[in-house]
Amino acid sequence: MLTILFDGVAYGMILFVLACGLSVTMGLMNFINLAHGAFAMFGGYVTVLAMQRLGLPFLWALPAAFLVAAAAGLVLERLVYRPMYAKSHLDQVMFSIGLVFMAVAGADYLMGSSQQFVQLPAWLSGRFDLAGIGVGRYRLFIILLCGALAFAMQWGFTRTRFGSRLRAAVDDARVARGLGIPVNRLFALTFAFGSGLAGLGGALGIELMGLDPTFSLKFMIYFLIVVTVGGTSTISGPFFAAMLLGVADVAGKYLVPQLGAFIIYALMVVLLITRPHGLFARGRA
Amino acid sequence: MSEGSIEARVQRSLYAARRWHPAEIMFWLLAVAAFFLLPRQLLILNEIAILGLFAVSLDLILGYAGIVSLGHAAFFGFGAYAAGLFAKHASADPLAGLAVGMGAAGLLGLLTSPLILRGSDLTRLMVTLGVALILGELANSLGWLTGGADGLQGIMMGSVLGLFEFDIFGKVAYLYSLAVLFVLFVLARRIVGSPFGLSLRAIRDNPLRASASGVPLHWRLVAVYTLAAAYAGAAGALLAQTTQFVSLDVLAFHRSADLMLVLIIGGAGYLYGGLIGAVAFKLLQDVIASFTPQYWMFWIGLFLVLFVLGGRELIHGGIKAVVGRVARLGRRSPT
Amino acid sequence: MSVALQTFDLCKSFGGITATDHVDFTLAKGARHALIGPNGAGKTTFVNLLTGVLRPSSGRVELKGEDITAVSREARVGRGLARTFQINQLFGTMTPVEMIALVTSERLGRGRQLLRALDRDAELVAETAEILARFRLDDIMDERIATLPYGKQRQIEIAAAFAAKPSVLLLDEPAAGVPEAERRELMAMVAGLPEDVSVLLIEHDMDLVFRFATRITVLVNGHVLAEGDPDEVARDPAVRAAYLGEHAHG
Ligand SMILES: Nc1ncnc2c1ncn2[C@@H]1O[C@H](COP(=O)(O)OP(=O)(O)O)[C@@H](O)[C@H]1O
Ligand SMILES: [Mg+2]
Repeated sequence: MLTILFDGVAYGMILFVLACGLSVTMGLMNFINLAHGAFAMFGGYVTVLAMQRLGLPFLWALPAAFLVAAAAGLVLERLVYRPMYAKSHLDQVMFSIGLVFMAVAGADYLMGSSQQFVQLPAWLSGRFDLAGIGVGRYRLFIILLCGALAFAMQWGFTRTRFGSRLRAAVDDARVARGLGIPVNRLFALTFAFGSGLAGLGGALGIELMGLDPTFSLKFMIYFLIVVTVGGTSTISGPFFAAMLLGVADVAGKYLVPQLGAFIIYALMVVLLITRPHGLFARGRA
Repeated sequence: MSEGSIEARVQRSLYAARRWHPAEIMFWLLAVAAFFLLPRQLLILNEIAILGLFAVSLDLILGYAGIVSLGHAAFFGFGAYAAGLFAKHASADPLAGLAVGMGAAGLLGLLTSPLILRGSDLTRLMVTLGVALILGELANSLGWLTGGADGLQGIMMGSVLGLFEFDIFGKVAYLYSLAVLFVLFVLARRIVGSPFGLSLRAIRDNPLRASASGVPLHWRLVAVYTLAAAYAGAAGALLAQTTQFVSLDVLAFHRSADLMLVLIIGGAGYLYGGLIGAVAFKLLQDVIASFTPQYWMFWIGLFLVLFVLGGRELIHGGIKAVVGRVARLGRRSPT
Repeated sequence: MSVALQTFDLCKSFGGITATDHVDFTLAKGARHALIGPNGAGKTTFVNLLTGVLRPSSGRVELKGEDITAVSREARVGRGLARTFQINQLFGTMTPVEMIALVTSERLGRGRQLLRALDRDAELVAETAEILARFRLDDIMDERIATLPYGKQRQIEIAAAFAAKPSVLLLDEPAAGVPEAERRELMAMVAGLPEDVSVLLIEHDMDLVFRFATRITVLVNGHVLAEGDPDEVARDPAVRAAYLGEHAHG
């Protein structure tokens, strides 16, 4: 039972790292980027290639995944995303679905449709027993790494100058512009950082979630659940939403496998009806 | 200017909106002519008619009432399974099956309509997507009923009106789908031109003013959502009946996404957009499939991106020019 | 004097801001009543409370003696309470004909008819035409509303509210932002409204207010500072200090 909880937390941690970039971009530019998962997939493939072709060790492949995905985010934001901010939500959705389709087919073309695997270093594989709970080393590694990241982000978001500007811009971009905050540059940086995190999440997730060309479609709904349920104005909202989702999903699949993802979707619909502004969002009039 | 003449002008303006345009008559004549001119393409024409009906359904809620949905396939799939199961277990009569598919999907629309009444576009997108995903999971796990991943097989259809047997070339299939499409289209056309239809446009344009004008937003949205769901169910039922097969694919996400693309290509809010979009989409799919069958998803994606980034104005400008030319031809002929 | 609209101890707060502060207000039948007060005094909020756009934190609203506090927005319109908006709220893709026809059709209870053609409804056509003529919208009746000049749009705001045949009409700064030349025409329309319609006018231009109103209520920081006929209000020292004074110079 506790093992399920543990696995669920690890899974939720990855979901958080994958989705939190999306939450900030959504809050900042009011932009629905369904293609966020494509950056995660990109990071995953970068890791696979770096390890298989370049022979990079896993730990070195992770920052590579982050950097390459962030660079891709920076370029794409500049070239194709920026004209989309002023368009309707519907256009944004169609646009980013288009990007997802391209990413899925592109990955299939370049990498083939099969599942990809990575070789974890020996010290990260296997389980050990801790007070009767089976603890996977890799999952423990994920929890520690992503937990540290979450703390760092929470700190950066609430304590640094960059964070306070970001919060001001999320609250009201027009007012922030009026105050002389360079919202566009802020957004480009955040977008790149969020894409990088997605790439890192994709790399970390290969072992747990698998990696194939349909990754960005399959997990799109998960990211969106995290964001819609967690709200877009904090770091902690998406964090707890991701934990909840991770644990619920792992527990559901373990305890009642025949229902599949049913529980998750039902949970999301119920949450959205009862709390249309997100579970942890601040009350708005 | 006297009061009387203003009244006459008001009436003329209101009439102009629902008048049959020559280009419209031409459109339907072409659809019938296609039966004779393209005897080898009847199966794909049938698919176009079904997709067109499905897109009309989305246009009713998106183009008229302004409700975005990423899960419209829920109703399409539900109608398809309902009609398929009805044919398998109850009666092979197509029209009865069509009614069952529409009724079932309409009921599902009615039951899920409270979900779309509140919240932002984003919440609506998510909730509609969620409903479609839930149905997909259900259809997958209720294998004893739906056939699960193997699909619902062994559907045998009777003849339409007891007269026309379905054939392997799709002759009856196309005419049947086209007839259903036409009847439902004319009905939809009538509805959007009614006081009810006007109130939907009011809600789409400005919900605040709509309610300040006495429009009960919730009830109208429930009504149109139910109606659109029934239309989508009809499209699903047609697919089940004319292909005699239902797979999990009817509920898939890409079906909802493709549908959006169809409507966006054709333009929302005038009903024909769905039909024009369906033709364009199937042609596009066909062309792409002929040179890269495997990666058509990439080209569809690229098309979407370019379209939203600026291609739409080009295409719609083209359509308007053509329609305008046909209209001028029509006006020259005596009325 | 019979009462058209009345509030009892009406309150509304947004977080820390009290926008409506224990307001007891009475609008007499057939009144020409003005509601004035500086920006942010809570005038628009008050109208939103009356029309159900906002729910009050506490207190009660009565229309012709009936409690409507819990009645939906659209049902209030059905009972004869209509309004205009300070910031245009129009159906941008419609033509004036369509917008007025919409309001008229809802008033006549046609909104649930799915199959009837609009132009076949003689009553609907006649009443739509009457409104268009009354507000001089007939020359632009087939243009898209979004493309019309601002002054015309303000006219449509009023026409659309009036098309609901209200017994109480709330006008939230109808002339706001309208150029001087068109103001007169607009205010002539307001002055020409039928006498049995009770009108509450929110307006900043004191000339217009004193020409129009037979009764004035002054709102400051959400509460009623003074109320009376125009002379009384103009003489009231508190009003002069809080409100008129600063405008007399500006
Ligand atoms: N929806 C709202 N949320 C928060 N504060 C509001 C809202 N609407 C109005 N207010 C506040 O209530 C006060 C009164 O505003 P308003 O009624 O618009 O004043 P007026 O119309 O007299 O200029 C202002 O301080 C305004 O900022
Ligand atoms: Mg105001």
